[in-house]
Amino acid sequence: MRFSQPDKSRLRWIRLVLFILALIPLARLVWLAATESLSANPIEFIERSTGTWALVMLLIVLSLTPLRLLTGVAWPIQLRRMAGLFMFFYACLHFTSYIWLDHWFDWREISKHIIKHPYVLVGFLAFMLSIPLALTSSNAMMRKLGRRWKHLHAMVYPIAILAVLHFWWLVKKDIREPLAYAVVLLLLLGIRLIHWQKNLQRAKHTGNAGS
Amino acid sequence: MLIVKKPDILSSEITPREVFDNRRRFIKAAGFGAAAGLVASAGFLPSLASATSQRQKIASFNKTAYGKDEQLTGYEDITTYNNFYEFGTSKSDPAVHSKLFKPTPWTLSIEGEVKKPKKISIEDIFKLAPLEERIYRMRCVEGWSMVIPWVGLPLAKLIQYAEPTGNARFVEFISLADPKSMPGVRVPILDWPYREGLRMDEAMHPLTIMAVGLYGEVLPNQNGAPMRLVVPWKYGFKGAKTIVALRFTEKMPVTAWMKAGPSEYGFYANVNPEVEHPRWSQSTERRIGGGLFSPRIKTRMFNGYADEVGQLYAGMDLRKNF
Repeated sequence: MRFSQPDKSRLRWIRLVLFILALIPLARLVWLAATESLSANPIEFIERSTGTWALVMLLIVLSLTPLRLLTGVAWPIQLRRMAGLFMFFYACLHFTSYIWLDHWFDWREISKHIIKHPYVLVGFLAFMLSIPLALTSSNAMMRKLGRRWKHLHAMVYPIAILAVLHFWWLVKKDIREPLAYAVVLLLLLGIRLIHWQKNLQRAKHTGNAGS
Repeated sequence: MLIVKKPDILSSEITPREVFDNRRRFIKAAGFGAAAGLVASAGFLPSLASATSQRQKIASFNKTAYGKDEQLTGYEDITTYNNFYEFGTSKSDPAVHSKLFKPTPWTLSIEGEVKKPKKISIEDIFKLAPLEERIYRMRCVEGWSMVIPWVGLPLAKLIQYAEPTGNARFVEFISLADPKSMPGVRVPILDWPYREGLRMDEAMHPLTIMAVGLYGEVLPNQNGAPMRLVVPWKYGFKGAKTIVALRFTEKMPVTAWMKAGPSEYGFYANVNPEVEHPRWSQSTERRIGGGLFSPRIKTRMFNGYADEVGQLYAGMDLRKNF
């Protein structure tokens, strides 16, 4: 079948292709910078672009489980770590462009922004929370942490909610774009919720039957 | 005796600006084309949208001393980075979506507390008073700024022509909202038409102008053709574009942004580094055109025009009247 588990070498190819695809947004920024085409406000452009791609990667991470639940195709979950690390990669670029290009390491100013302005605060929190996830993404760390690993990585849900809020609150008036991300996120979380509820009911039923 | 020196270059050899610009655009576009396979979508190439059609020189205007020491923001930046929601909410939208917009013929309607309501054509506004070039800083409420060489006439001249009555305490500016030619108006982002307003003393202030051009040329569509308000000590959104009516009123008008977010946008909207937008800081700004590695600059009270306009707000609590 077409969607069945690819063999090892096939999977390696898929990984390589996706890896290159995931670097296109960065390549595009470099290209636009080299040709001075980053709009009249290049710093804002870079902040927007890297932020958007971090969010996109995050939603890809969160879409693999619903894909399995809806279609039974499970193997793409093997690509989740890569998507997650790319989310972290673009979030790092996003954060760096904010503290470097936008604010020139003016820590007093930056910390004032984080404390006073909720959209900066939630973005900052989302980034901080994603650091331990990136650090514990290796197989070795997975083994070391055992069951706690899963609990730790459930943090991706609050991170996603904070990230969408971050976008929502910074938009001046036209919320259509952040709204689109919010809807996708709600769908992805909704599918999980429905599934968990079904499981819970099933467990109850079998529990009753046993007594 | 021959007084006129023969020029070194025949006038026929000089490339007209239009052609020259077109050529440059073509070269630029071709350069991008080569890489198109790599970048795929046209949406990925923001600067291609910059091509502005039909640029037209303004025949005569007087230079003034305003802003003569400022470094001007480039024409390209001023005309491709616009907040003009009637043509879309992205900064690059107006340059693209206003291309087919027709700013002539145009009449401005003068209404409300005036001796007699009347209409005036854009051609007559050009002749109402000698046009002046005013180089002003423009500070957007979003935290960026430009320096723009406007061409226009003092709004006071237009108000004199309008002959407001003694009851007129405010003037409201109403913009065009035509869903046929302005795609953004089909989306209820703001309560169309766009409305702005000034107190009469602000409107009569010598710094306040009705702009009809920039860089010595007729105002491009994306900058508010055929005429727009420029009030340099206030945030940019006060500068209503494509104005179709001036309405003199006794009561303070409710502006489009006041309706959209009363806690975020007030009637006065004076540039003030100490009064923050509820969601972001106003203490610094990014000057457009500085490139990737230029730091932000400090925002100044009344955008640096405090000496001229400070007395208009003497005794007012600017935190309350934001």
